[in-house]
Amino acid sequence: MDQFVVKPLFGGEHVEWYTITNVTLWLGIAVLAIIALMVIGTRGRAVIPSRSQSIAELLYGFIHNMVEEVTGHDGVKYFPYVMTLFMFVLVANLLGLIPMSFTTTSHVAVTVTLALLVFLGVTLLGLVKKGPAFLAMFWVSSAPLALRPVLAIIEVISYFVRPVSHSIRLAGNLMAGHAVIKVFAGFASMAVISPVAIGAVSAIYALELLVAVVQAYVFTILTCVYLKDAVGDAHH
Amino acid sequence: MATEAHGGAAAEHAVGMPQLDVTTWPNQIFWLLVTLVVIYFVLTRIALPRIGAVLAERRGTITNDLTAAEELKQKAVEAERAYNEALARARADAAKIVAEARAEIQKDLAAATAQADAEISAKASQSEARIGEIRAGAVAAVTEVATDTAHELVAALGGKSDAQGVSAAVSARLKG
Repeated sequence: MDQFVVKPLFGGEHVEWYTITNVTLWLGIAVLAIIALMVIGTRGRAVIPSRSQSIAELLYGFIHNMVEEVTGHDGVKYFPYVMTLFMFVLVANLLGLIPMSFTTTSHVAVTVTLALLVFLGVTLLGLVKKGPAFLAMFWVSSAPLALRPVLAIIEVISYFVRPVSHSIRLAGNLMAGHAVIKVFAGFASMAVISPVAIGAVSAIYALELLVAVVQAYVFTILTCVYLKDAVGDAHH
Repeated sequence: MATEAHGGAAAEHAVGMPQLDVTTWPNQIFWLLVTLVVIYFVLTRIALPRIGAVLAERRGTITNDLTAAEELKQKAVEAERAYNEALARARADAAKIVAEARAEIQKDLAAATAQADAEISAKASQSEARIGEIRAGAVAAVTEVATDTAHELVAALGGKSDAQGVSAAVSARLKG
């Protein structure tokens, strides 16, 4: 679990809130990677795109469509926020797969912050835009009257569980993947089973690439689904 | 593996997973927020407007190209129609010219034929007259030659030729 330890980059014992740590380093690398892809990659502004511009356009189009389809036309103005989250999670997940790197999104602190930003943002947005009507989403009007109070309790609980599942899912997936790779890598030191272990590491690495992308996608689409409650049409 | 002691600051707090070491949380959260703000500004100030503009421009270009293609196609159809019209008109003109030329030629031909007929008939009557003359000349010549020959024959045979008698005999023979 060495790989998950937060430590100051320039010596020192304590990790204060402002200390420059390996987290800071890899967050910074994520920023640079995003700038490289989205800004430097698109500098040509070509009608016929270069490869890097194609990737940037693909990501843009993918998230833009997702926001538009899930949240409806009103949600498109929140596209930059969703795009920020998606780019960060995607790039951080992928950077984490570089050997010896630090995976920022495997930390609950990071994912909880992200999930809370989404949760608080969506809740405040819903209350501001819809007012008390926002609370109507807990009152399932399509259910029989007798069931509604019960459903309301369930809905409220599920609403408040959202940030938990939202954040633990991401951190858990990434951490588990890295831990499994680490376990197999540990077996690789035993000569007898090392070919199997190395094969397993390769296979799991491929799987983790998929997981990194899929979890970024899942995180983003859940954000869109939550956003829909705040800005979209009637729920349920 | 998780709880092995590592040197350094974090190990003191290592209660298990480093993720649950809340002493590092403020640090992570602070730098995460800084990161998100930076990414947000980079995306909204530079990247997203640029990509959006490129996509819009591409859509515009494609639409323009399609419109231009549609126009060109329309023009091509028009050009083809004009060509066909011109062709038909040219054909009609040609037919008219041919007909006119034919009529002209026909007229000339009729005139020439009539003239030729007249000349031929004139020549024919002339020829007939000459043939008559020649025939008459020939008959006279034959009569003369025959008369002379008969004279000579008669004389050669020792007879006394009688000019009257010989002539009469010759003309009687010639008629026969």
